[in-house]
Amino acid sequence: MVTELANEKSAYSSALRDLMKVSGEPSWLRELRGSSFDQFERVGFPGVEQEEWKYTNVALIKRTNFTPVVNSNGTALSKRNGLAPFIYDETRDSTFVFVNGIFRDDLSSCNGLSGVVALDLNDALQISEYERVIRASLERNADGDNNGFELLNTALFAGGLFVKIPRGVNLSTPIQLQFVSEPVKGESPAAAFPRVLIVGEENSAATIIESYRATAEGVYLTNAIVDIVLDEGARFQHYKVQRESAGASHIATTRADLGPKASYDTTTINFGAALSRHDIHVTMDHEGASCSVDGLYMVEGSQHTDTHSVIDHRQPHCTSRQLYKGILDGKSRAVFNGKVFVRHGAQQTDAQQTNKNLLLSSEAQIDTKPQLEIYADDVKCTHGAAVGQLEPDELFYLESRGINPALAKNMLTYGFAGEVIEKIQIESIRRELDEAVLNRLHSDLTIDV
Amino acid sequence: MLEIRNLHASVDGNEILKGINLTINKGEVHAIMGPNGSGKSTLAKVLAGHPSYEVTGGEVLYYGKNLLDMSPDERAREGVFMAFQYPVEVPGVSNAQFLRLAYNEKQKHLGQEELDPLEFKDLLKEKAALVEMDASFMTRSVNEGFSGGEKKRNEILQMAVLDPKLSVLDETDSGLDIDALRIVAGGVNKLHDPEKAVIVVTHYQRLLNYIVPDFVHVLSAGRIVKEGGKELALELEERGYDWLKNGANKHTAAPVAS
Repeated sequence: MVTELANEKSAYSSALRDLMKVSGEPSWLRELRGSSFDQFERVGFPGVEQEEWKYTNVALIKRTNFTPVVNSNGTALSKRNGLAPFIYDETRDSTFVFVNGIFRDDLSSCNGLSGVVALDLNDALQISEYERVIRASLERNADGDNNGFELLNTALFAGGLFVKIPRGVNLSTPIQLQFVSEPVKGESPAAAFPRVLIVGEENSAATIIESYRATAEGVYLTNAIVDIVLDEGARFQHYKVQRESAGASHIATTRADLGPKASYDTTTINFGAALSRHDIHVTMDHEGASCSVDGLYMVEGSQHTDTHSVIDHRQPHCTSRQLYKGILDGKSRAVFNGKVFVRHGAQQTDAQQTNKNLLLSSEAQIDTKPQLEIYADDVKCTHGAAVGQLEPDELFYLESRGINPALAKNMLTYGFAGEVIEKIQIESIRRELDEAVLNRLHSDLTIDV
Repeated sequence: MLEIRNLHASVDGNEILKGINLTINKGEVHAIMGPNGSGKSTLAKVLAGHPSYEVTGGEVLYYGKNLLDMSPDERAREGVFMAFQYPVEVPGVSNAQFLRLAYNEKQKHLGQEELDPLEFKDLLKEKAALVEMDASFMTRSVNEGFSGGEKKRNEILQMAVLDPKLSVLDETDSGLDIDALRIVAGGVNKLHDPEKAVIVVTHYQRLLNYIVPDFVHVLSAGRIVKEGGKELALELEERGYDWLKNGANKHTAAPVAS
């Protein structure tokens, strides 16, 4: 145990030493990396004794001897080779590719994006205007009660991306952030630390697709942070599609700060990874902001998925909608913890939260905890959670039309997921989900009409 | 086509069917009537293979094969169809997708050609006309938000698409206004031919004005207590069911199903 701990620390701390050698990073960032790492060493990875991690045990991550990827290394991928299956039709010319967390300009295609600033974080830091914004974001978040994963990301992220949609720009082409995991030759399993900051200036509009895939099955860790800062009147859609390899651990934090009258609509899809944890935190600290924070998790076998969501109404006249649906089969386990805060003075808040789960097996397990904390008196808030199984009468109905039981089960499961899927505005993602949900049991099936 | 012999069935340990005997030949239309709780819907569901109903005795032969050995989906692919009293809503799956899937499953089973979406669209259009259903129903989720009458018409549309040999209509008239009743019955009549048989399960006589039965069987307390021709339905309309409940002479007035 002592040895393991020493290994773990040495791999991470030697990665930090490597990063510190990189020339050109501002001193404040070096300090921030150092202090984050010190804090990480103090608190370590979260344990099940912590309320927020009660149902999600990351002991395996703690035990595994990961090699942090902090430098761009050789890749078998090229624009023509290996990437195509991961790129959506809508984003052929607007995709930013990351390999093991490192942004790869050479693999990215952004001809379809004009009027957008997209720079390697290191390059963006050389420009004082952007440096200010990046610093404000990194340091602001460093003040919070970050967990060990977030601290480690801040200490070790390398080759992140800075995206800015300038004032008034209404981007019709969606932007894809494609995170690809690729085994590193001769090394222990890779740990990737993707880091992205997206800024939407006043009255800008954009759609972001954040997608995680692997080139091969295997064990690795993704530990990602994506920060989104929206100025007044910005309107963003954000899709996160997590289809990591079956052996992977995926830990991700999404933080969105909404300006006055800004709107942020997000849908998170969780299908992959052995263990996944998503912390999504939407802060509405200005009047008139609105968000919808939806999601679909579908797990089977011994997969474990955990969503911790915080929607924070800090000012009056903000609206939030949340619909999370879960489909669990085999011995899988899911956790949904959704907090909605309505702070003192956040009058006229309108918040709705729903979490519904479908258990397809008697051994699957869901822990759901919708949580509403209201400190204002003139608000409209509802929340609820449900856990159910497929209705035998519905299955019989489909079977009585000649549809075999496995397919009938899939069709009803698909129907359950439909409420989330049909709201998705990117057709390729919808198709991908149709296929994934309907073909879950790999029954022979084509049903497009 | 169908031979039901001394059929016993129970649900949750309560015996509902207590020895049903019934023979149905191709080309025939049979009505099963009876008071509430007599077991007529149970009979329909047992024929379709509903998992909540346990067969505790007897046998059912369908073209000489043991129907009770087949799973519900096998029965359907072999040509048995039940129109539900309460059709189920399947959100997220369009009517057209559902019907094509069901149709192709059957075609595959019979070794016949499957249809692609475009070919199927033509077939669907033709069948939908039989029950006067608008094209907009095809893109909507199966039965979701359909009125009672629309759901029943959708059942008959499914029957038209799947082209069953034996159709069992379970209280298809319940909740239908007179116009919908005429449309639904018209669809059933147009689909009927000498190679097929229909079992109409109903509490009331009025559906039988439109779908005219060759034979009427009256169920009471899980047994057939009276059999006759279409006149029997009229007599029931007039006299109610009470006079039959105490086991009146089973055969009067009309021919008996052979």
